[in-house]
Amino acid sequence: MMMPYDEMRDGEGRVRGHYREFDSWLAGMPGDRLAQKRVEADGLFRRTGITFAVYGEEAGAERLIPFDVVPRIITAAEWRKLFKGLKQRVTALNAFIADIYHDQDILKDGRIPPEQVLCNTQYRPEMQGIEVPGDIYAHIAGIDVVRAGEGEFYVLEDNLRVPSGVSYMLEDRKVMMRLFPELFARYAVEPVQHYPDILLDNLRSVAPPGVREPTVALLTPGAHNSAYFEHAFLAQQMGVELVEGQDLVVRDGFVFMRTTRGPQRVHVIYRRVDDDFLDPLAFRPDSMLGVPGLLAAYRAGHVTIANAIGTGVADDKSIYPYVPEMIRFYLDEEPVIDNVPTRILRRPEDLAYTLEHLDELVVKEVHGAGGYGMLVGPKASRAELEQFRGLIKAHPGRYIAQPTLALSTCPTFVDEGVAPRHIDLRPFVLSGRDVRIVPGGLTRVALRPGSLVVNSSQGGGTKDTWVLER
Amino acid sequence: MLSRTADHLYWMSRYTERAENLARMLQVNVRMALLQRQSDEPDQSWAATLAMIGQLEAYRERYSAVTPERVVDFLAFDESNSGSIVRDLRAARENAHAVRGTLTSEQWETINSTWLEMRGHKLKDLSTDELIEFLEWVKFRSHLVRGVTHGTMLRDEGFNFTRIGTVLERADNTARILDVQLRLLAPGGVGQATRADYYKYSALLASVSAFEIYRRVYRDRITPARVAELLILRSDMPRSLHRCMNELVVYLGEVANDQSAETIRRAGALRSTLRYGRIDLILEEGVHEFLTGFLGRVRDIGRRIAEDFLVSTTG
Repeated sequence: MMMPYDEMRDGEGRVRGHYREFDSWLAGMPGDRLAQKRVEADGLFRRTGITFAVYGEEAGAERLIPFDVVPRIITAAEWRKLFKGLKQRVTALNAFIADIYHDQDILKDGRIPPEQVLCNTQYRPEMQGIEVPGDIYAHIAGIDVVRAGEGEFYVLEDNLRVPSGVSYMLEDRKVMMRLFPELFARYAVEPVQHYPDILLDNLRSVAPPGVREPTVALLTPGAHNSAYFEHAFLAQQMGVELVEGQDLVVRDGFVFMRTTRGPQRVHVIYRRVDDDFLDPLAFRPDSMLGVPGLLAAYRAGHVTIANAIGTGVADDKSIYPYVPEMIRFYLDEEPVIDNVPTRILRRPEDLAYTLEHLDELVVKEVHGAGGYGMLVGPKASRAELEQFRGLIKAHPGRYIAQPTLALSTCPTFVDEGVAPRHIDLRPFVLSGRDVRIVPGGLTRVALRPGSLVVNSSQGGGTKDTWVLER
Repeated sequence: MLSRTADHLYWMSRYTERAENLARMLQVNVRMALLQRQSDEPDQSWAATLAMIGQLEAYRERYSAVTPERVVDFLAFDESNSGSIVRDLRAARENAHAVRGTLTSEQWETINSTWLEMRGHKLKDLSTDELIEFLEWVKFRSHLVRGVTHGTMLRDEGFNFTRIGTVLERADNTARILDVQLRLLAPGGVGQATRADYYKYSALLASVSAFEIYRRVYRDRITPARVAELLILRSDMPRSLHRCMNELVVYLGEVANDQSAETIRRAGALRSTLRYGRIDLILEEGVHEFLTGFLGRVRDIGRRIAEDFLVSTTG
C-alpha cells in the first residue's frame, strides 16, 4: 500500500501551510503539557457525562469515547468543494427516495436494477405514494468522507436513517476552546455551536402544512440506548421534550404527548428509533419503543417524522454504488465528490475479480453497520480470508468490495507521543427549506497504529474538526 | 412537563426518602434491642416492623424464625427483596438515570455516587457498630440528595413533583414508625410512661430526629401523649404528619391541572384534620385507629396523584 496522505505534512515531511501555526504552537509546548491537557479533557468529558453505553457489557457500563487533543484542520477551499459535493449528493439522495416512493422513474429508465431496490429489506412499501413536506426524506444525513490524496475525497458511506455523533462534534469544540484558547487566537475557525439552532429550525420548517407554531419532540429508545447521551443532549440544547414511545399517544389520527397538564399535540418527531420499532401496529408487533398508530397519523399528514420512514433504501451498501448515477439522473450534474470504486458481487465479473484479489480488497456486508461484518483483505489472516471466501460464494449478493483506500492520517497524541493515525470525517447535512451544513463535522480517528477502523464501537476516537474561515 | 418525567422524579425522591426512613426504623429497633432487659417479654419489635411496612409475609416465605440478624439483612441488604434499602437506592438511581437530562448535574452525581458507594460497601456479616454506621450513611446520603435538590434545582414542575414524592413518602413512613413503636411501648393505649420506657421513647424520638426538638418544644419530661402530638400535630416539626401535609398542599397547588381538583380537595381536607386536630381527641379515638385512617387517606391521595399527573388516562 502506498504512503497515505498526511493532513499535516507533505511527502517530503514539510508542514503544510494551514498547519504551520499549529506546528509552531506545538513546538513551544513543554513536553508534559499535552499529557496534562489530555487528562484534563477526560475529566471534562466525564463530568458532563458524555459517555456511550456499550452493548454486551454490564448494564449501566458507560465508556468515554477517547478524545484527541490535536485538531484536524480543513482549509476554506477544501471545505467549499466538500460543501458543494455534500449538498449535491444529499439533494440527489432525497430526490431518489421521493422517486422510489412515487413514480420510480429511475427504475423505469433502467439506471438501477428494480429488484435491487424493491426487494431490499429497507424498502418500505407502506411509504408508497405518501406525500411528505417539501419532498424531504433524509432531513439529517451523516455522510462519511475520507481523503486519499490532495483534493481527493471519497464518500465511503451515506447514513440516512438515524446518524449519530453530532454531540461529539459540539462537545469536542467546547472542550478544545476550554483547553487551548490561545490556539483559537491564532486561527480563524468556523463556529459549529449553532448546530442545535439550525437543527431545530430545520425540523420546524418541515412541519405539516398549516401549522404556525410547530411542537417538536425528540423520540429516543430510552436510557439504555448507546446514543442516549446524544439524544438527551440535543433535546436539551434545542429546548424540546425528550420522549419515549410510551409518552406519545395517537388519538383520531393526531399525535400527542402525555404531560402533567394533559395531552399536548406534537407536530414534528425527530426520531432516533429505527423504522422497525416505530409503530407496533405497522412494523414489529413486539416493539415496546414505538407508538401504536403513528404510521397512520403520518400517512394522514398530521405529523412529520424526521428522518422519514424508509430512507434506508437509499443508504444501504447495495445501493451506494448507484449514487453517482442518481446525481446524473436527477440533477444532470457530475458528482463533485466521488464514490469509492465499488464492485457489486452479484455481478459475475465483479465476483470473479474479487475472489481473485481478496487479500487486496475491503469486503463489506450490504446490511451491516458498525464495522463488524467486514473484511479488510490486507490485514486479514489466512483463516479469515478463507472464511469470507466461503461466505461470499454462498451469498454473493450480500457483499460489495472496494479497494483498500490509503485513508489520510492526522497527527494524534498517543502513548508514544504525537504520531499519525488514520481518520475519516462525518459532516452532518441538514435538509429542509434548504440544505445547510455547519462547517466541519465529526472527525473519527483509528487510535491503533495502522488501523483503518474508526468506529467508536471498535476503539476509535474523535477529534475537533476545524474549517478555516479563509 | 412529560408525565413520565414527573413520574420518575416523584419516584426518585420517594425511594430516596423510603431508604432513609427504613434506615431510621432499623436504627430505632437496634437501639431498642440494646435496651432490652432479660426480664422483658420476647422481642416483638422486629416482627412488628416487618408487619408495619408490609414485609412480614415476604419474610415468612423465606424464613420461619424472626431473628434480628435475618430481619436486618432482609430489610437492609437483600438484593432479592424489592423492599430493601439497597433496592430502594437502586430504584432511586434508576429513576434518576431515566431523567438525567432534567436533573442538575450535581443532583445526578449525588444520586449516582450514592449507588456506586453502596455497591462498594460491605453488605454482609456486619457487626452492630458497622450496621449503625451503614444506617447513618444511608440517612446522610438522603440528606445530601435533598440538599442538592434544594440548592440546585430550578423551581419548576420538576421540583414540585420531586418534593411531592418526598413529603408523601415521609408522611406515610412517620405514621408507620409512630404506629408500630407506640403499639409496642404502650399496648394498652397511651398512658404514663414508666422510667424504663423513657429510654425507649428517647430512641423513638431520635429515630425521627425529634429528640432535641422535643426538649426544646416541651421543656419537660417525655410523655407518650406529647410524643404523639409532636409527630402528628406540630406543624413546625419537619417530619410530622401535619408538616408533610402542609407542604403537600402547597406543591399540589403549584401543579394543579384540569382533573386534579378532587385530589387537591382531599389533601386539603386531610391537612385540616391535622391543623385543627387535638391530641386528647386523637388519644380518645385511639392513636392506632387514627394513624390507620391517616395511612389509608395518604394512600388514596398517592393513587390519585398518579392518575391525575403521572400516568395519563387519556391514552
